[in-house]
Amino acid sequence: MTSSEPHSVVLAAENVSIYYGDTAAVRDVSFDVLKHEVLAIIGPSGCGKSTMLRSFNRMNDFISDCHVDGSITFLGDDINDSNLDPVSLRQRIGMVFQRPNPFAKSIRANITWAPKMAGFTGDYEELVERTLNEAALWDEVKDKLDKSALSLSGGQQQRLCIARSLAMSPEVILMDEPCSALDPIATGRIEDLMDALKENYTVAVVTHNLQQAGRIADRTAFMYQGELIEVGATSSLFTQPKHQKTEDYITGRFG
Amino acid sequence: MKRSELFPDMLEKRHKRDRLFYSLTVGALWIGVVALFVLIAGVLWEGLPWLDWNFLQEFPSRKPEKAGFKAAFWGSIWVIALTTMFTVPIGVAGAIYLEEYSANNRFHKVIELLIANLAGVPSIIYGMLGLIVFVRMFQETTDPHTFFGIQVPFGRSVLAGALTLSLLVLPVLTITSREALRAVPDSLRQAAFGLGATRWQCTRYHVLPAAAPGIMTGVVLAISRALGETAPLIMMGALTYVAFTPSSVYDSFTVMPIQIFNWASRPQTDFHNVAAAGIIVLLAVLLSMNALVVVLRNRAEKRRL
Amino acid sequence: MFHKNHAEPSGARGQSSAREGRLASFRPSRWRAPKELLLGYGLQLSATISILVSFGILFVLVKESLPFFELVSPWDFFTGANWSPLLEPRSFGILPLIGGTLVVTGVATLVVIPVGSLTGIFLSEYASKRSRKIFKPVLEVLAGVPTVVYGYFAITVVTPALRTVLPDLGVYNALSAGLVVAIMIIPTVASLSDDAMRSVPNSLREAAYGLGATQREVSLGVVFPSALSGILAAYVLAIGRALGETMIVTMAAGATPQLTLDPTESVQTMTGYIVQVSLGDTPVGTPEYLSIFAVGLTLFVLTLGINLFSFWIRHRYRQAYS
Repeated sequence: MTSSEPHSVVLAAENVSIYYGDTAAVRDVSFDVLKHEVLAIIGPSGCGKSTMLRSFNRMNDFISDCHVDGSITFLGDDINDSNLDPVSLRQRIGMVFQRPNPFAKSIRANITWAPKMAGFTGDYEELVERTLNEAALWDEVKDKLDKSALSLSGGQQQRLCIARSLAMSPEVILMDEPCSALDPIATGRIEDLMDALKENYTVAVVTHNLQQAGRIADRTAFMYQGELIEVGATSSLFTQPKHQKTEDYITGRFG
Repeated sequence: MKRSELFPDMLEKRHKRDRLFYSLTVGALWIGVVALFVLIAGVLWEGLPWLDWNFLQEFPSRKPEKAGFKAAFWGSIWVIALTTMFTVPIGVAGAIYLEEYSANNRFHKVIELLIANLAGVPSIIYGMLGLIVFVRMFQETTDPHTFFGIQVPFGRSVLAGALTLSLLVLPVLTITSREALRAVPDSLRQAAFGLGATRWQCTRYHVLPAAAPGIMTGVVLAISRALGETAPLIMMGALTYVAFTPSSVYDSFTVMPIQIFNWASRPQTDFHNVAAAGIIVLLAVLLSMNALVVVLRNRAEKRRL
Repeated sequence: MFHKNHAEPSGARGQSSAREGRLASFRPSRWRAPKELLLGYGLQLSATISILVSFGILFVLVKESLPFFELVSPWDFFTGANWSPLLEPRSFGILPLIGGTLVVTGVATLVVIPVGSLTGIFLSEYASKRSRKIFKPVLEVLAGVPTVVYGYFAITVVTPALRTVLPDLGVYNALSAGLVVAIMIIPTVASLSDDAMRSVPNSLREAAYGLGATQREVSLGVVFPSALSGILAAYVLAIGRALGETMIVTMAAGATPQLTLDPTESVQTMTGYIVQVSLGDTPVGTPEYLSIFAVGLTLFVLTLGINLFSFWIRHRYRQAYS
């Protein structure tokens, strides 16, 4: 899984603290997301991993009393700079959510909607086929692209959501516990997907499932109560954790 | 193809359209607000000079300066009082039945559909119903004779008017009462049943008090609606020139909206201003009713805490 | 006995706590049965009034219309384009009245659908908590104004104002009436579409924003279509209200039954005609008098159709989210 080739930094968080009002959900966290890797962020409930993930595409902007200290950069540019348009940021950093949330439109329209808004000049049919293939859903839906997305099963809907985010040709895909609402078979298919996706994209996944992190991630970051305890290559983090807390979590003493 | 070719930079244009759209939505909102403002300002401007205590003490007259609202005001009070007496028990009882007692069977669904339909029937149709059923009671004339001590037919009376308005307002009241009952969490009912209460005890002592603020709001809304109704009462013969206040439920009557309509339909502008004065009184009554319900709701909610 | 929506343990009858023992007033369960039964039936009666009234309306309208249809054939009534009940040559073709109703309703609909929807979108997608607290009550006030007051507004403010812009506009015209009817209905459409859009789950908005869409694109492209069944039902309801509106059209639209699409003309609606006859001295039993029931029946059937259509829309376009 790991490659010996050095990967460049795509997303960099430096001394990031995220507050909801006066409460700090994330405290002084620093780590990088490297190009073409799958990074897993693990930790017990409430450790701030989702909040951290969402700060990368400024989804926390929608929470009224949330503010971010520290620096988050995307390919070197500060994403919280007031001159930066979050809309353009989200075109390049896509997100898949915990519960599948397809639009109440046809399968095809789900994929083509955002590109159409963004002024896509390419071929829509080709776009639909390519992204559904990348999401390993094409064969199952190719004959019913006009049917409502809501007629698909949970696992299919989630793969559709992945295809939908791929349609914007993002550089990074953020996934917030994408499999927690799915059955094991659907989960397995999406895990295979993550491995395939890293060839063309960079993937950061929040998961509460340790085994999943072990299966899919090149590097893993462990968070606990808002702080980053440890980050490193998954294999070494799991077998030779540097911190006691990491070891406790991995061996199941809490969480 | 490079990303910048597939996705041309349209951000500026998209944000511009966003700003335009936002202005449209705000503009739409303000259309309604400004209309209300102009309406009230106009009514106050034209009506206040003509509003004095005499206005409420006098009966209508051919001369605008002498025209008074007394008959209409008290006629409205009589009719609304009766309407409230009829509708509140029946409407709330019906809502209780539908919400607490009835199953989700066919009968229930039919009733729901009928009530929803009735809520959408134009008020003038209710006037026709009232005319035939209450005023005439299916007879050709309105000459009264007594029938078990009740004067029959009801004729163009306060009683007939109140019954007509009651039917008009009942569907709406039932619907809003149901929503108030539905908003009470099930856990409350289950707690009551768990302590061994019967369905009635649960409803009477637990659900109703909890739903009371919502039901009260619904009642006041329904009564406000009845207070402002003109067409059904015109249809069933509330008079437009009445120089007395009712002294029994069998008396003929007029109501504030009809008097206002009568004055506003006259060609002389002075009468238009008198109509405006009447509107001020009508709106003041409606406002105080709504204020009353806000007060009652706050008190009911405080008591529950 | 009675089944309920809410779960109730079977056979739950109140009995005093055993702790109180023999000192408590212990009523055997048989005592409670009649009272509960009576209450239940009493409540059921209240609900069945709706059945009585529904059939009552239909019965009354049909019964009183029958004598009319003996004098005027239904065919002439429903297809005739000349409504002249009093002036010779007498003619009872209802099309001009239906036309008048449709013109006023048409003007109102053309105004209220965009204005009401945009207001609803503002309330649901753009308004802050504070704005909602201010503007929702304002809309409620707008909805509570009696129609006779709106009629007054139409003749004293709207018509004169319009006549400064359109000098050819008559004192009585369908345009004024239609615009004021629209203002009256704005709160209904705004409120119902606001409710419909607010019940669209936030997860959809999140997904849309996550794809790099702007607020307008999310509101119009995702939220509005998801709420469509509720919004369409609101439109149809508003149209129904416009059709049945009486006082505004009586005061502002005129009493000239003519078949025209021109809103600057004076027209007469079905409701306006009924009021006109009721206010007059038409003797009972004459064709003019009986005609109001035939017109009333037509109006009733029309609004009933609209209401049923609204239910059908809600049912048919019910998305998983609404």
